[in-house]
Formats: sequence, C-alpha cells, structure tokens
Amino acid sequence: MPVKFEVNGKPVEVEVEPRLTLADCLRHHLRLTGTHVGCEHGVCGSCTVLVDGAAVRSCLLLAVQAEGAKVVTVEGLSLEEGLTLLQASFRKHHALQCGFCTPGMITTAHALLSEEPDCDADRVREVLSGNLCRCTGYISIVEAVLDARSAYKRDGKGA
Amino acid sequence: MRTVNAFVGQPIERLEDFRFVRGRGQYVDDLARNDMLHAAILRSAVAHGRIRTIDVSRAKKVPGVHAVITAADLGDPIPLVPMRLQPMPEFEAFGQPVMARDKVRYVGEALAMVLADSAGVAEDALSAIEVDIEPLPAVANWQSAAKNETLLFENKDSNVTMKFRAVLGDAAAAFKDAPYTRRESFSTQRHTALPMEPRGLLAEWDAASGRLTLSGAAKVLFANRRILAKQLGLAVDAIDMVEYDVGGSFGARGEFYPEDFLIPFAARHVGRPVKWTEDRREHLMTMNHAREAACDVEIACARDGTILGLRGHAFVDMGAYMRTNGAVGARNIAQFMSGAYRVPNIDLDVSLLLTNKTPVGTYRGPGRFETDFFRERLLDMAARDLGIDQIEFRRRNLVREADMPYKVATIAPFEHKDELDSGDYQVTLNRCLGEFGWAEKEKLKGKLIDGRYHGLAVCCFIEGGAAGPKESARLVLETNGTLTVYMGSSGVGQGLETAFAQIAADAMDMPMDRINQVFHGSTTYVSDGYGSYHSRSIVMGGSAVLDAATKLRAAMSAEAARRLNCGAAEVVLADGRATAPDGKSVSWAELAPEPLSVEGAFSNHKHTWAYGAHAAHVAVDPKTGAVALIDYVAVENCGRMINPLTLKGQLVGAVVQGLGGAFMEHLAYDENGQLLTGSLADYLIPTASDFPKIRGFVMESHPSPINPLGAKGAGEGGIISVGGVIANAVADALRSLGVEPRDLPLSPSRVWQLVQDAK
Repeated sequence: MPVKFEVNGKPVEVEVEPRLTLADCLRHHLRLTGTHVGCEHGVCGSCTVLVDGAAVRSCLLLAVQAEGAKVVTVEGLSLEEGLTLLQASFRKHHALQCGFCTPGMITTAHALLSEEPDCDADRVREVLSGNLCRCTGYISIVEAVLDARSAYKRDGKGA
Repeated sequence: MRTVNAFVGQPIERLEDFRFVRGRGQYVDDLARNDMLHAAILRSAVAHGRIRTIDVSRAKKVPGVHAVITAADLGDPIPLVPMRLQPMPEFEAFGQPVMARDKVRYVGEALAMVLADSAGVAEDALSAIEVDIEPLPAVANWQSAAKNETLLFENKDSNVTMKFRAVLGDAAAAFKDAPYTRRESFSTQRHTALPMEPRGLLAEWDAASGRLTLSGAAKVLFANRRILAKQLGLAVDAIDMVEYDVGGSFGARGEFYPEDFLIPFAARHVGRPVKWTEDRREHLMTMNHAREAACDVEIACARDGTILGLRGHAFVDMGAYMRTNGAVGARNIAQFMSGAYRVPNIDLDVSLLLTNKTPVGTYRGPGRFETDFFRERLLDMAARDLGIDQIEFRRRNLVREADMPYKVATIAPFEHKDELDSGDYQVTLNRCLGEFGWAEKEKLKGKLIDGRYHGLAVCCFIEGGAAGPKESARLVLETNGTLTVYMGSSGVGQGLETAFAQIAADAMDMPMDRINQVFHGSTTYVSDGYGSYHSRSIVMGGSAVLDAATKLRAAMSAEAARRLNCGAAEVVLADGRATAPDGKSVSWAELAPEPLSVEGAFSNHKHTWAYGAHAAHVAVDPKTGAVALIDYVAVENCGRMINPLTLKGQLVGAVVQGLGGAFMEHLAYDENGQLLTGSLADYLIPTASDFPKIRGFVMESHPSPINPLGAKGAGEGGIISVGGVIANAVADALRSLGVEPRDLPLSPSRVWQLVQDAK
C-alpha cells in the first residue's frame, strides 16, 4: 500500500507492505542507511529517528504508521560539509568507536537537548539509557552530550 | 626507533568519525545489489537429537522463494568449521558441519536455508519447512558432560575433547612443605561479546570468471579466505574478502562461522548475489559464546605471604563443537592463572568439555577474565588468612622489573612457552591507588553507612598482545605527492585508520593531512594479512608500516639521487621535497610519475605484555543484594602510546563490558539445553545509567623490546581484572558477615542469597 510522509524535509511516497517497519523502509526503500537496526525489538535504540520531533524506535513503528509525519534521520541532522556542534562534540570526546550505535545516540541526544538544553548529567544518562553502546562504556557519550548543550541554548538547532 | 615525531603519542581526534557521526558509515547490511536474493536460515529448536527428516517441499512452493538448501545439497562430506588457532588433530573429530545432516547438537544449529526475493518472504518460508527430530537427552552443563552418560559424538568415548596442562617448577614439592595452603572452587558464567552490529554477509559469484566476492568479512579475512577456498574447491586468489565498516568484534565477530560457507555456497548455487543479516535472537544463539568455566584451585604460601605454588583443575564448557579459536580461553585459564605475580611452582590442568549449547570462542580477554577472577579471589582470601594487607600481599608477589623477561608456565601438549617482556608492575599499582584515593577511602572498608556496606579492592593484571607470525602494510606515494596506506590489519571499530595514519605520517616525516586514506582488512589490499585479534594490530601492523616507510623512503631517495645527481644517502626527504646537498630539490610528486608502491612487513613470535591495576569501591545493600559501584579506576601501561584518546577509550569501554560480565550478563540455559536469554530484554548489558563513574588512566614507560615501536597491545586490559576486583570489593564490604563470592555474575539475587546463607 502507498504511504506518504516527509523525510528530512522532503516529501516521499513509497509503496510498502503493511508489515514493513519504518526502519526497513528508511534503510532499504529510501536508502537512508544511517539509521541502523541492532535488535528489531525496541531495546537497543540504534534505529532511533525523530518522528514529529520525538525520538522513536523506527523498528517498532510500521512505515504505514508514519503517514503524514515529519521524519528526521541522522542524515537530516547533518550538514553537507563539516560537523554540527553535537557531532563535533562526539568526536572531541571520543564518544564513539565502531559507530554503529552513534546515529541513534545523536538523534536521541538531539531530541533531548532540543527540549531540555539545561539538562544535567543524571538526566542525560537517564535518557540515553535506552540506547545501547558496547564500545565506549558511555562515560564519553555523556560528556559529549553535556558539552554540546551550549549549541541548543543559543539557537535550538544543534549547528 | 625514530626519536622525533609529531603525531605518535598525541590524542588525535579520529579520522573515521567524520562518516560515523553523520550516518555515512557503510556496514554490510547497507549494501544492496539489483538482483540479489535474501537468505534466511532455519535453526534447530532441539538441543540434542537425531534428524529423521527435513521436508522442504512446501517451502519451495512459497511465491518468491528461489531455492531451499539443506545438508543434502552440500555434498559429502559436509564441510567442517575448522580450528584456526591450536589446530590439534585431537579436535578434528569434534568439528561442526556447516549444516546439520544427521544430528543436531545445540539450539540454533543450521538445518536449512531459504533464498527468496526478500528477507520477509525467506523468513515466511522457514515456517513451511517440516522438521522431524528424535530428541536425545541434552547435556546441559559440564558436570553432566563429565559423566559421559550421554555422548555428543557417539564415535568418541568421551565428551572431553582435550586436557591442557600448565607446568612450572615442581608444584608437588612446593605444596608438600608449604606452611600455608588454601583450596577453593570458583566459577564464571557463560556470556558473550555482543557487538552492536549483527553479523551479515553479501556474496557475489561471477560464473564467467569463476570469482567470488564476499562482503562483510571481518577480523581475520586472509585466514577465512583460505578456509573458504578449500571448502568451495576454489583457488585462494579466486576469492576477494571485502571489509566494510564493522560494528564491533571483541573477538567474536569475524571468526569463521557456518554462514561464512553457506552464503557464498548459496550465491554460487543460484548464480545471483545473496545477502544475509542475522537478527538478534539468531545472534544470541549462534555467535560464539564464552567465559563458562569452573575451577578447583589451591594456593601455597610462606608465612610472609610469598606465593609458593598454584595447582588445581579447571573445567571449560565448550558448547557443542570445537571450532575456530575455541580452545584459546581454556589455554589461557591454565597458562596465565599466575597473571602479574611470581608463582614459581605451577601445576594446572584444564579439561575442555562438550555440552549441548552454542560453541564457544574468544571474547576480549579470553580465559584471562575468568582466571583473574579465580586467582584474585584466592589472593584476597590468602592475604586475610595470613593477616597481611591485600595491597602489601600483592606488592610482595608482583613480578619485578629485574625478573624480566619472566618465564610463565609452559602449556602442554603443544609445548607453548611464553615470557613477560618488560615493565615495572609496582608503578601501575601505585598510580592506581593514588588516582583512586585509596588512603582516604580505606576507612570505609567494611563500614555500614545508611544501610549499605562499603568495600574496596585492587587487582593487578597483565595483557598479552602482538600475536604473530606477521603483518603486512603497503604504502603508495601517489602522483600528487600524497600517501595512501593499505593494511593487512582489520578494523573492528577500534580506530585503526587514525592510529596507522599517525604512525605513517611520523615514519614518512609528513603531515597527516597529506595521507589520503588508510585502507584495511580486505584481501585486495596487501599480498598477505593476518588481521585483528590478541591486541595485535598496533604492534604488528604499526611495525609493518615502519618497515614499509623505510623501504619507500629508500626508493624515493634513490629516485631523487638519480634526478639530482647525488648519492641516495645524501638526499633529505622533508616538507614534501627531496633535497640534494647542493640545495637542488624535486617535489615528492615529481618522484612518482606513476604511483610508487612498496610493501613492508613485520614478523614476530614473541608477545607483548601491557599491564596495570584496577581498583573498585562498592556499596552493598544487604536487604536487596544490590551492589552500587561508587568509583572505579583502571590504569594501563602499554609501553608506548600511539593515541592516548583512543587508548583510554579502549580501557574504559572494556571496563564497562567487564562490569556487564561481573554483574549482569548471563546466557542462561534450562536443563533441556534451551537458551532462556534470546533477546536483549533478557540478556542484559550495561546501559548509560548503570555505571556512571569509571576513570581510566593510560601510561607509557618500559617500551616493549620486541618491536620497533616499543608498543604493547592494549585493547583487553580493561576487562581482565573486572570480575576479580568487583567480587573482592563485595567480599570486603560484607566481611563482617563472612560472605565470600565464589561465582559470577553478582546479580542482586545472588548477593542477597550469599547474605542469607551467611546468617
């Protein structure tokens, strides 16, 4: 069946099976492979995207449920050239190693900082506890997110 | 060794991060081909049984299905997954067929494979396959395996595949006259590496040229290519193994699994590209498990705490088959139980037993996490018995700088000898205690504060690295004067591109931004490569870069000498130019009218030994069994640091993985061999809120004498001590109750039970 929604500011129309997840639709139909699938049961958070501004697990949402929604992926949170301040902060703090969980971390952190630019370390840990990372031990990720708060206080865009 | 450098030793931010943070990494499941088919694999739901029939006729009729493959399609004999490390003839009878034909031996073993237009259709068709298996009694743990009442291989008379023995000195004599001995039993639980990216492969067969390309290969691509070529009856150079971004390995990903044969076989079978990506449930039941071991071990000491000997017997649950590197953990448990300490007399047996569970392989710090838990628990018990402070006890027994190189126990039957290369283990212990603030915290030991008992512990470790025999690197001076680096080492997320670029830039005396890219892993890049395991890439690959750089500079000097009419030895290569003594010069670009390519290598049969110490402060709630980690410090000395930023990342990340093993992670099975933890909702790994205070400190001194960088492999030291230091800290907290943890994980229910049992 056809589904229409917006991805990273552009309208898309896709013909999908009703059972197709939004994650698979983004990755395999729209070829936005920055969104990763790590568990397919909503635990690991690697597939996190923004749907109408909220961080959601795209493996738990069917593509047809996105009808009319504004979807933003890690690609949509990136610049053509260079890094956003949030991304640069991840790099500066060595908040990633293999990079597989990173898009989910970036989208989750972006959603948090957009809503709560003054959040403290405990709040960052609480929100990120839904995103699993096997490489870093999280310490550097929390530092990176805290260090990026200033960008969101200024203009709310993370740039 | 070069003495002037600009990049090695600096905390350079990683080059690979530019693609990862923007979602531009490329992992194997991101690949697509227009005409590709998708594979799904039917897995045994029975732990042990005889296969009567597998009927795929209905599955073949499902619309969109192109083929269904069972063992009957694979020829006779069915290829076996071989042993890559320690390939002893005794293990061959216990090899795993790439698909089960006569028997199944664990839940998750492959029975059939469907190839279809989509992954969804392939999975649908799996449910149309009818399987009839006659169940046999399941061997669910090593204790029942040892009884040999049910045999996994009926043609063998035992479930014990091998017994290793580690020997040093004369343990019998040492124990005979020892003034103090203590004998204890300990165990560690089955858990697994769990990289975040599931396994996947994309195989492409070109019938016209008879060539196979396998994307998604990882860790040891050249070794796996040799295995696959033999199994498929192809020449080795008819196969290209291609590495994309790899979402973690930790020892487990990139070993040769049954699917590494099945997917290429399928692509050749149907003549179309075939892609397969496992789901997390498959991952938990098919990727190498690790760490399930027990031991009965005895220590002998003099009254002053000097360790006189260690002896005992360890038992390792190998799962259903002996495959790839499965014996490494068992070997390490025996050979390195002495760890960082002088133990002059050792006699340790380790039995490798088969059970109806997923086969085991290496997981970061294989055998070392287990054996350090056993030993460090025993050391704290002995220190307390002897009335010696736990730190002083360790100080007295650490291997001394003057003892280097220090010989450890020799392992039989393959007579593997090893020796610790260099270092001052007292320095890292002191640094750890200082950073931790032991002196200030000491007053908390055993104290009950607001309903929680506080405890401290410190442990010392060694970490083996730099496995031989060799690694290769190829440097190419491009026509524009830039450099491209090709490596035999494999990237698994650890940041090789940055580290090798640092090493290459210094060795070539050039800025890092004149290096185009570091390519690694794939079999197309160098003539022979050995990959990434045993904390080997920096030492082996980095030293190969130095060799290649020396050769490239020699070639550049020779070419410059020809053009500038001077001696090659007189040419100065700096700032992108080659300059003769008379001041005339040519640019590097002019030296390479065609790309100038040289290959270098480094060979080595000795190991490096990074070392350090961990300290932990816990608070235990005796009413709930919950253990809060208040503070944790890990210190590691790696001889010479290449990049302190990524080195610290390895250390802290490994500590938190270890905390998962110490507190949470458990691949639990029931008595029928059913895996009870088949999702990430059941198999718990650390999250961002579990362990908020972990502090890592990296050091360099005592460069390794066995490689030109002076570096020591350091990707595993962060995990080795964790089980031991946590259990000792819990014991310290609950010492007024007489609680002695002997088994991991220290889940709240286990700690609560220990408190109840002590009452």
